[in-house]
Amino acid sequence: MEEGVALPEPLDKVIRVKLSGVELPLQLLSLVKIMGRGAEALLYYARFLGYPAVLKWRPPKTYRHPRFDSYVRRERTLTEARAIYRARKLGIRAPALFFVDPDNAIIVMEYVEGMLYRDLIPRTEIDESCRIARVIGTYAAMLHQEGIAHGDLTTSNVLVKGDGDVYLIDFGLAVTSADDEDKGIDVHIFLRSLESAHYHLYEKLFDCFIKGYASIVGSSGAERVIAKVREIRLRGRYVEERRARKR
Amino acid sequence: MVIVLGIESTAHTFGVGVVASDREPFILADERIKYTPPTGGIHPREAARYMAERAHEVVRRALRSSGITLSEVDAIAVALGPGLGPCLRVGATIARALAAYFSKPLVPVNHAVAHVEIGLKLTGARDPVIVYLSGGNTLIAAFLGGRYRVFGETLDIALGNLLDVFARETGLGPPYVVKGVHVVDACAEEGKEILDLPYVVRGQDVAFSGLLTAALKLVKRGARLPDVCLSLREMAYDAVIEVATRCLLHTNRREVMVVGGVAASKYLRRKFEEMAKLYGARLYVVPPEYAVDNGVMIAWTGALAYSAGVTVPIEDAVIRQRWRIDEVDIPWRRA
Ligand SMILES: Nc1ncnc2c1ncn2[C@@H]1O[C@H](COP(=O)(O)OP(=O)(O)O)[C@@H](O)[C@H]1O
Ligand SMILES: [Mg+2]
Repeated sequence: MEEGVALPEPLDKVIRVKLSGVELPLQLLSLVKIMGRGAEALLYYARFLGYPAVLKWRPPKTYRHPRFDSYVRRERTLTEARAIYRARKLGIRAPALFFVDPDNAIIVMEYVEGMLYRDLIPRTEIDESCRIARVIGTYAAMLHQEGIAHGDLTTSNVLVKGDGDVYLIDFGLAVTSADDEDKGIDVHIFLRSLESAHYHLYEKLFDCFIKGYASIVGSSGAERVIAKVREIRLRGRYVEERRARKR
Repeated sequence: MVIVLGIESTAHTFGVGVVASDREPFILADERIKYTPPTGGIHPREAARYMAERAHEVVRRALRSSGITLSEVDAIAVALGPGLGPCLRVGATIARALAAYFSKPLVPVNHAVAHVEIGLKLTGARDPVIVYLSGGNTLIAAFLGGRYRVFGETLDIALGNLLDVFARETGLGPPYVVKGVHVVDACAEEGKEILDLPYVVRGQDVAFSGLLTAALKLVKRGARLPDVCLSLREMAYDAVIEVATRCLLHTNRREVMVVGGVAASKYLRRKFEEMAKLYGARLYVVPPEYAVDNGVMIAWTGALAYSAGVTVPIEDAVIRQRWRIDEVDIPWRRA
């Protein structure tokens, strides 16, 4: 491991055995440095065959039951890899996959040099934020048309490159046999991420998102998903109360 | 210094608290009664009748133990929602009557905001990710732009509801909490195996009704009850912790505060401690006595609101069964 930061021990072992140790003649992967941490994963800048790459590792969560923990980490890794692959086939920008190791919950993918949409919104013009929301809307609709829901469509999971290209990331919660409910939840999640963190702009940006969405599935398709979102939002609150009243 | 009397009656607890701001101890009185249905879940009308019959006595007790008279009170605070209509009406009626009769300002309090404010007051947390877990609510929030914004919540039933209904259907309860431990938590201690149950995290949201149905089905099919308890608890708690983590990262906060009845679970607390350690955050958990519904939290929030000029004309003090936490302006906190 060159230019090494101290790697968490299990990761270090895996990388050495899986990549540099056996069979592979090339130094395929080198880890450069820690990039940050998401809610689930640790991320490292890396080079894969010389390309700038990101290694995403879902480390064990000590608060989880160990058996359940390995199951979740493996499933999420597989789900993410499959969904990225399918999204890219649809022409949606998402980081290219370089290497996937579900047993160790590792994905190596293309490095996208850009800014999180969440952080960009307060720093950019509303027109630019609107354009991006619109692109996200088209991506969501394209996925939904193919029966895929992103599963965690927040402003933290969109990267915007310097040239303006919009990338979706973090597909670990994707649903690949999405029904109307799953699609509605996707849109609900996006809307709520606007409402909570960007409350002063959310109406405008949601409108932009829906315009993008409608450009793919038509206004009837957009209306259908909005109706679903409304239904989802009315549910879940005081279920007990309603149930009790019915008695 | 302001002295406020607060009334809570959103679900099964009728509570009256008296607090004084800028003073320690700030709690002058804390009286509560709790309706426990003989069987099944909470029947709002019966709970309301139970409260209405005993309310005057609880108010009297609170005044007696506080050692002050109503004329010395600066304002009357009342939880106008969210909650069960018939129960809310009991508290609202009494609060309006007291305010009218003694010519006191009336302060409307949102029950969820009150859980948060008493948590902040008692734990010393400053700007945390808030995890509010109770029988009727499961939500993750953080203060931003003058309000508590919701970052995640349940898409169907609340965590406390999941535990209680499971306990009821499997004969573990009621009572649901014995010596401070939920019967499902207790049952899970004997569990050995993690069974296959749906773990549902949708973005920043959770959903529990599928988990409940699947768990009950396993029991019916003869699975070992402690194993089902263990599996159900793991799935449910982990889902909450996962969405709380997402909020922590999304909002760049350094603190997590757990409030609401389910905050009393020692086991959940242990999990949250692990999570906080993992992310370098500090964990705050509201003391069990004030995790559950009480009048003090209404009085305390009333005192904050009243000091910031929030009052409501008596004729407009109507209950709001679905009053969301993110609809409430919080002028007493700096945005
Ligand atoms: N391919 C990538 N290129 C550049 N940065 C990335 C890439 N993937 C992830 N990141 C960065 O890492 C953060 C966390 O990644 P993400 O996949 O969202 O993990 P998590 O599931 O933990 O949220 C992102 O918010 C982003 O800043
Ligand atoms: Mg992410």
